[in-house]
Amino acid sequence: MPQALTSEFRDSLAAHSATSSVVETAALSDALAERLDGPAVATPLPFAGASLDDLPVTLDPTPAELEAAEFGVTAAEFAIADYGSVVLRMDTAGTEPVSLFPETHVAVVAQSDIEPDAEAAFEALDGAVNTARASAVIATGPSATADMGGLVYGAHGPRNVHVVVLSDR
Amino acid sequence: MSTDSRREKAARIRHLLDTEGDAVESNTKGFNAGRYETVADLDDYEGTKDAARAIKEDAIERLPELVEQVRETVEANGGTVYIADDAADANRYITEVCADEDADTVVKSKSMTSEELEVNEALDAAGVTPVETDLAEWVLQVADEAPSHLVAPAIHKSRESIADLLNGTFDPEERLESAENLTRFARERLWEDIRTAGVGMTGANFIAAETGTMMLVTSEGNARKSALVPDTHVAVAGVEKLVPSVSDFHPFMELIGRSGTGQDVTSYISLFTPPVDSPTLDFADAADVPLSEQTGEREFHLVLVDNGRLDMREDDQLKETLYCIRCSACANSCANFQHVGGHAFGGETYTGGIATGWEAGIGGEEAASDFNDLCTGCSRCVDACPVKIDIPWINTVVRDRLNRGADSDAFDHLVEGLTPDDDPGGVDVQKRLFGNFETLAKLGSASAPLSNWLASSRPVRSLLERVAGVDSRRDLPAFERETLVDWFEARGGSRVARESAKREAVVYADVYTNHVLTERGKATVRALEALGVHVRVPSVPSSGRAPFSQGMVSTAEANARRVSDRLGPLVDDGYDVVVVEPSDLAMFEREYEKLLPADEHDALAEHSYEVLEYVYGLLEHGGDVGALRDGDGASVDYHSHCQQRTQGLEGYTVSVLGACGFDVTTSDVECCGMAGSFGYKSEYYELSMDVGEDLREQFAGDDALVAASGTSCVEQLRDLLPRDVTHPIELIAPR
Repeated sequence: MPQALTSEFRDSLAAHSATSSVVETAALSDALAERLDGPAVATPLPFAGASLDDLPVTLDPTPAELEAAEFGVTAAEFAIADYGSVVLRMDTAGTEPVSLFPETHVAVVAQSDIEPDAEAAFEALDGAVNTARASAVIATGPSATADMGGLVYGAHGPRNVHVVVLSDR
Repeated sequence: MSTDSRREKAARIRHLLDTEGDAVESNTKGFNAGRYETVADLDDYEGTKDAARAIKEDAIERLPELVEQVRETVEANGGTVYIADDAADANRYITEVCADEDADTVVKSKSMTSEELEVNEALDAAGVTPVETDLAEWVLQVADEAPSHLVAPAIHKSRESIADLLNGTFDPEERLESAENLTRFARERLWEDIRTAGVGMTGANFIAAETGTMMLVTSEGNARKSALVPDTHVAVAGVEKLVPSVSDFHPFMELIGRSGTGQDVTSYISLFTPPVDSPTLDFADAADVPLSEQTGEREFHLVLVDNGRLDMREDDQLKETLYCIRCSACANSCANFQHVGGHAFGGETYTGGIATGWEAGIGGEEAASDFNDLCTGCSRCVDACPVKIDIPWINTVVRDRLNRGADSDAFDHLVEGLTPDDDPGGVDVQKRLFGNFETLAKLGSASAPLSNWLASSRPVRSLLERVAGVDSRRDLPAFERETLVDWFEARGGSRVARESAKREAVVYADVYTNHVLTERGKATVRALEALGVHVRVPSVPSSGRAPFSQGMVSTAEANARRVSDRLGPLVDDGYDVVVVEPSDLAMFEREYEKLLPADEHDALAEHSYEVLEYVYGLLEHGGDVGALRDGDGASVDYHSHCQQRTQGLEGYTVSVLGACGFDVTTSDVECCGMAGSFGYKSEYYELSMDVGEDLREQFAGDDALVAASGTSCVEQLRDLLPRDVTHPIELIAPR
């Protein structure tokens, strides 16, 4: 079943103009290294065995570094398979700005955290809000606008979204 | 309304059709098509709408309690709640917050409620610069124009006009042309404002009272930035945005994007439970300090706006407006809106069908008087609305209240004798004329053909145009000397005896079928008899559709009473009621729910059928299609009727025509533009024809037979095409 959900999730991402890849945790660092070919900022990844230490990314960036970054790497708390959404927690580490300012957002999510639908997602969110007064954003694809007379990706937020699914987490 | 003001209104509509019509039309039609596509993907669209509606009903019922609850939770979370009685109160509070923060600039994300408050003017007056960061709102701010749509406020502007505006205003080094370059230019410019703004202001689509969590539905990312970058976040929302808990957000998340812009989901659904945990970001003075060492403190203010809403809650008719989630489906699905846009079909702040409820609730009925007539009651928006608001009813009620408040028209005595209605004297002469069409029709038939000759004479048409605003470019209905009821009696009643009949039916001789389009009534009788039905055609009062659509609710109610008194006993006696005119069937099935006691409405609604629906049922139950006329492969261009479609009845006609051997092409245009009396009114004639143009384009290219179910649609098609137009029953009835 997890594979089926992953496959549905990836189809939904593609339908919302986002790209995706599936890797084992041990290969994450190499997969990211290939992708990040410019200044990058990140928040720590909470997945066992997943490390950003060997990568040219800035953890705990300054506002200036946020502004200059081309890539932002964050974890997703969970994902919604049928919408192709990632749920990003507004945490003290700065997942909100790191996912929002750079031109490309790379979200990393554990395969076991892919929820089938919005109903399941809202149940989880309801719990997080009740217990921790959490804030989060359900992000689906790149930021977009049609206000200037045509559909444009990359309005005030990222122009590209890539999601890495950790198949063993 | 005077002739001059009709002319002015016609001129204004013409101007908007010319300048904004094309952009509005392509955008709204795109949204509407997207709505159909994306709601079809939901497993249980109707069930999700019911769930959404139930949440809103419950929340508005318990509103005072939820207001208290959210005050407690937000304050416990570390924020502040301010309940603003009206716009001035809200603006005073917001400007004080800005003064406390020493803010020179406020960056705003899109909020219709802030438009309602006119907070930008208040901020300006207080020396604070408001900057709209939603790209469409920013374009309007630069252009100094008002929003024309609830969700896409600059929908009336084309890419070219935006390019001209920005190139003219900012004179960039390289001329901006593409949407891509225009967007990038705006993004970079607005970022300079966002990074140093003292206060960020957003709206809120929904607020959970239990936790103080706000849901914001956006796509650009500017709301995220506006709430994140300045340390102080002010959220402005109407009190009606409260729902009990975060789990209540779910059905709205599924519905709002699909219903509005036809997207299954927008890029960002933010759930803010402020003050949020995100680190503060000081781009001005601490740009080189890591996030973990930023020392700002987040501050949050929730401004809940009453501004008439709590009174609306006490108003049984306007209360439903408070369920509105401002998705814009009622605008996008409306033919008039698609063509003329929100600068005509809208008030000070709100646009589209539901605007009547909002504007009347906030500013009093007068605030809706300029645009309320653009709702023709076609009911397409009712099915499109994610919370199932009866938007045409709200428009009718407000029209009724406006009628009651209006001054007597100077020419009222001219039509007084022709208009024996139950509504007060203040009703506009044009509305009274159309609202009392039944009386005119009786006189017309009694004195035909003289009445027809007289009515088409130039002096009379000129007088009608001057006094009542009946456009001279329209042909008036030609009355038949022999009514359907008289014809039926003269032929000796039904030719199928009741004892040997398969079923018994009353053919409802509505005003048009009885006095004007009698052939479709005769065809109905012949077709039903051919299928073994014993038929009666009694004289029954008009349904009240005409006065209802003019906002003359008392008159419509009296009609409903008389119709029920006449048809009720026949229904009790085992008769079905067969209705030719779809708008009258919609009265029986839908509107009478508001006008009659429940048991009477239920009985009539349950036993009433649209004529082709009835024929379909007869054929399904063993009726012999061979008894009807054979189409022999002839091509038919068929246009259904708005209310026929929203009641799900179009398919029966298409199916029966097919079964009879016709080759049917159905119109993919939803509305013909005529809408009862609407297209006769001189101020709306051009809009009506503009809407009709889509239908003309589809049918003009062939020489097929043309059929339409509604009287208005027949009249409009006759004006649009050089071919005769009949009711489908006339095609299949034996001669």
